[in-house]
Amino acid sequence: MVLLTMMAVLTAAIVVQRNLFAVVVFASIYSFLMATVLVALDAVDVAMTEASVGAGMSTVLLLGALYLTRGDEVKPLRRPLVPLVVAIVIGAALVSGTLGLPAFSDPQAPIHIHVVPRYLAESLRETGVPNVVTSVLASYRGYDTLGETIVVFTAGAGVIALLRRRRREDPRR
Amino acid sequence: MRRDLVLRILAKLLIPFVLVFALYVQFHGDFGPGGGFQAGVITAAAVIFYAIIFGLPAARRFAPDWIVESMVAAGVLVYGGVGMLGIVLGGNYLDYFVLAHDPVQGQHRGIFWVEVGVAITVSGVMLKIFYKFAGRRREADQP
Repeated sequence: MVLLTMMAVLTAAIVVQRNLFAVVVFASIYSFLMATVLVALDAVDVAMTEASVGAGMSTVLLLGALYLTRGDEVKPLRRPLVPLVVAIVIGAALVSGTLGLPAFSDPQAPIHIHVVPRYLAESLRETGVPNVVTSVLASYRGYDTLGETIVVFTAGAGVIALLRRRRREDPRR
Repeated sequence: MRRDLVLRILAKLLIPFVLVFALYVQFHGDFGPGGGFQAGVITAAAVIFYAIIFGLPAARRFAPDWIVESMVAAGVLVYGGVGMLGIVLGGNYLDYFVLAHDPVQGQHRGIFWVEVGVAITVSGVMLKIFYKFAGRRREADQP
């Protein structure tokens, strides 16, 4: 609860703040809080990813991007009423969607009665890997992880292709 | 940058431990939290840390562009290669049971190499994107 309150305060700070450097630092702190929440939820693998990617890597990349641009957010030209309405409607739809979810840690929730019991019971015998997250990720759901790796590869190739184009305009090359 | 004595000493002390921690996360991922993705990010973070303290050219000497670029593709190839190996050895694509005589041993081997592939691609992509961002100059500085 304390963590969630701090995250809400940080979100408000990010919205109000106009200095982009401060926004990047706030976003980094937000990611660290998110990682702490995930540790509290016993999702250590996800927490590790959030801390390293969300708080570490994206902060560095955002600071790198910030260095290339100006440090202050410009005032919007018009009052952003339409985006506000869209955001409120979508937010309300999402909140009403969460009302239909099963209660937190409900053992009868669909996610706990489908394939999870089999994974938990058979993973150690079938794969010899005590960490079920690893065995599901790399073995049972190997195709999904292959797809994820290809997504990372494609994203990297896309960014490389986009950023490299500028170089050719450099007269020295 | 030259005079940041505390930062430079701290970086020299910390970076070996960060790299060892990345290896631990990679190879202990079967037993504790972690795995290829996290290990790849931590490795890239160590090099980025080095680049921030000692400058981009120093980091480029340690991890040259062509190595980083080939890492981006090599990881996917390792992952796909494990899958193909399953077919070659008479199983299905990404079938780890046929990779060793003992099925459990085969699973271990398959998961190990798949995680290695993920780590290589992820650290390559992260480093490359960082190099690309850090290598550009500010608009105003450009002639």
